[in-house]
Amino acid sequence: MINSKVILKAILPVVILGILALAFFAGQRPSSYYPVPLLKGSCPPGFKLNENNECIAKNLYSQYEKTNKAGVGGLKSALPEIRDGFSPQEIDLGRYLFFDPVLSADQTVSCASCHDPNKGLSDGLAVSRGIDNNKLKRAAPSLYNVGYLKKLFWDGRASTLEEQMLEPLFSEIEMGNTPENLLRTINDIENYKKLFAEAYPNRHKDEPILLKEITNAIAAFQSSLVSLNSKYDQYAHGYDGALNKNEIEGLNIFRSFVARCAECHTPPLFTNQQFAVIGTPEPDGLPLDPGAEIPFTDKSLRGAFKVPSLRNIAETAPYMHSGRFKTLRETVQFYTDGRGHAVPEGENLLIHWHIWEPNLTEYELDRLVDFLKTLTDESFKPKVPKVLPSGLRIPS
Amino acid sequence: MKKKSPFLKILGSIVLLGIGVFLGKSFFGQKNMETVPIPSSMKYRNVGHTKDTTQVASDREFTGKIIEVKKGSSIQDAVKEANPGDLIRVYPGTYSENVYIDKDDISLQGVVIKGEWPTLDGKKKINDAFLYSGNGILIENFKIINYKGNGIMGQAGNNFVIRNNWIIDTGVYGIFPQYGKNGLVEHNILSKIADAAIYIGMCDNVDVRHNEVFDNVAGIEIENSRHCLVENNYAHNNTGGLLAFVTPGLPIKTTFDVILRNNFVVNNNHENFGAPGSTVSGIPSGTGILIMAADDVIVENNIITGNNNTGITIVDLATGAPKANDPNSEGNPDRVVILDNIMFNNGNDPTGEIKAIMLTQMDTKGPDIFAYGGGTGSTIRDKNKYRTFGLDGYGASQITDTEDIATMMTPSPVPPRSVSKEELGELTYYGVCAGCHAFGTRLIGPPTEILQAIHYDNPQGIVDYITAPKNLREDYPEMPPQNYLSEEAKMAVAEYILALKH
Repeated sequence: MINSKVILKAILPVVILGILALAFFAGQRPSSYYPVPLLKGSCPPGFKLNENNECIAKNLYSQYEKTNKAGVGGLKSALPEIRDGFSPQEIDLGRYLFFDPVLSADQTVSCASCHDPNKGLSDGLAVSRGIDNNKLKRAAPSLYNVGYLKKLFWDGRASTLEEQMLEPLFSEIEMGNTPENLLRTINDIENYKKLFAEAYPNRHKDEPILLKEITNAIAAFQSSLVSLNSKYDQYAHGYDGALNKNEIEGLNIFRSFVARCAECHTPPLFTNQQFAVIGTPEPDGLPLDPGAEIPFTDKSLRGAFKVPSLRNIAETAPYMHSGRFKTLRETVQFYTDGRGHAVPEGENLLIHWHIWEPNLTEYELDRLVDFLKTLTDESFKPKVPKVLPSGLRIPS
Repeated sequence: MKKKSPFLKILGSIVLLGIGVFLGKSFFGQKNMETVPIPSSMKYRNVGHTKDTTQVASDREFTGKIIEVKKGSSIQDAVKEANPGDLIRVYPGTYSENVYIDKDDISLQGVVIKGEWPTLDGKKKINDAFLYSGNGILIENFKIINYKGNGIMGQAGNNFVIRNNWIIDTGVYGIFPQYGKNGLVEHNILSKIADAAIYIGMCDNVDVRHNEVFDNVAGIEIENSRHCLVENNYAHNNTGGLLAFVTPGLPIKTTFDVILRNNFVVNNNHENFGAPGSTVSGIPSGTGILIMAADDVIVENNIITGNNNTGITIVDLATGAPKANDPNSEGNPDRVVILDNIMFNNGNDPTGEIKAIMLTQMDTKGPDIFAYGGGTGSTIRDKNKYRTFGLDGYGASQITDTEDIATMMTPSPVPPRSVSKEELGELTYYGVCAGCHAFGTRLIGPPTEILQAIHYDNPQGIVDYITAPKNLREDYPEMPPQNYLSEEAKMAVAEYILALKH
């Protein structure tokens, strides 16, 4: 009894003090403060931290000889150069920005709205939606392995991620923001001030956050989104058992010169990063999308689009630039239905020479789909932040 | 004891030796040549002419086992069984299959017996006869017929040797190495191919020698490739005989440093049966040699006769392929060098644009050499010898021959990139394991330092665990087996994990 009284006496002041302190500090808390963890000091998977605090890409493809700069070839071929060397802090800050709808004019749309990690870093829509549910012209491409790409957008009109993201950020129908409003918003958020100061330690902490810091951080995060551990990759690195009989048959159809898929969707990235006019149909009622003809003012590129990577393709239906095909099966069918069969009347497109009449059988088309499904790997799927620096909720 | 004379002793021992050799031979010796000897890899060509050797082939030793494939069994099964260094010998018979080789250093050798070839027959149903992606692939002595895509196609794969094959109507291409460095294509006979019989695509350092190509749309095509020697080939009755060009829109943009030497380029007047839309479908029938947008091409000592359109056509992309547009492809053929060639009887029946252009010259015949469009620095050794058009800008060539260049292949095989054990461990750890394990933090699996504690000083323990994981910890999900990693990679990553400091 005595003992417990003594203990109680000792504990009571501590508890009271604790409650008081809590009340005191709670009162001090600024209303805009949300507890955001500090930026990560370690690199995302697929990257190794070097002594300069840079994340350097490391993967099993680095063991192969680089015989060409384009990073194209066969199973055991080196990848093209990736954009790496960002700091872990830049990458993690980029992750917060990527998921934060505060970047849009009405604070409802984030980058992740159209590039959702749970939808293969795409959005599952035929064409994406911007603010006010605006219907956009084209489908959101998956961002997996985007750090390896030298041209961005379906029509290749941007050549860096920083340049690319300015369009969705400031397009009236996408995120609808303006540079002035974005900078004002971000600079008003204490959390971002701290995080930017942490990610960009070389500048004075009180200097305003710059647009190029925002785009740099987002580019850092996007470049960290790699997917190179699919069943296909296991096969490519030498494990025969990774693919079953149907999938290997599919691979052989894929790379054969009858179907010619691999001529443009060249391993290891499954894109050769060139333009191709293949003449796919638009969704009903829509006019032909002129594609790369517009940014390059080149008639020979009418209807041309950048060859997309096929990695995680099974996760990113529907397919083609305007989502005309709902399934992979429909998509592969297109390639055997005849050269130019879906080109609207009156259009004279310069259809790519690899689009021909391979006369693939139903069986072969099924095997191609089997193979395409082996390109799925989301083992390095980015983590959605639990709390956003803006205090906004992640839109569901 | 009576002493035997030394003479008898010697005689006796010789007789005994003779009996021994006879018995030995009859019991143990080869009774007959039942197995066919492995060819000697042919270490020389053109004795007394050049110093060339088939370096790649002669450097290769069949270090592994020999797997024999006889009629009724499958070549692919043998490939599955084979390990790097093995030789697969295929006996006469018909094999209707698609053989794919995704391993390094595999040799496939047909054995021809009394004129009977091991024959791959696609029956116009199968896409390709051979597909390979490995380095150091040898394919020789096969008859390949009736495929829909290719006879032999490589995607990547350095140090390849493709020779002595007899290829008829295998669809789009006969022999098509793509993205390869250092290769040899020789002594093949190819006909009835709807695009190029031999197509060197986006390669480097390839010799194409001693092949016969006929009745194809294109005979031999060097496309977006560098450092290629096309020598001693016989190209006849194709739509176009020898081609060196740049196709725009491909990821590798250039063709340069190509020698076309000592070839017969004769009567290439076959009608064009190329697929609509293909680049070669635009080649006019009667084209001997076509150089389009390729740079530093040397044409030397060829016999170029009887090609009804032109002997040699040199054009830029804008002229040759006006459809295509690729700002990254430089479209002019620069520094073409024409040395001594024998040319006559070309241009007897010119077609299309060349006919129209020649008519403006009051000439109904096509020229031996026709150049049109851009390009600078091209030269010719003896312009007066030929009937030419468009060569006004060609100066006198600075060289007389290419005697010093015996081969374009690399002096020794392209070595595989050697990755140290530590590097392999690092690549595997960050490239694979890091999705679930990190130092100092829990991701999906336990933090790396816990792995270190569990398997302290015991890399084999990690190897065993990742090969067949047992779920030891309730608070973590079960790890999927990583048995797709090679034994080498598993041990390397195990050691790497144990050595990791932070």
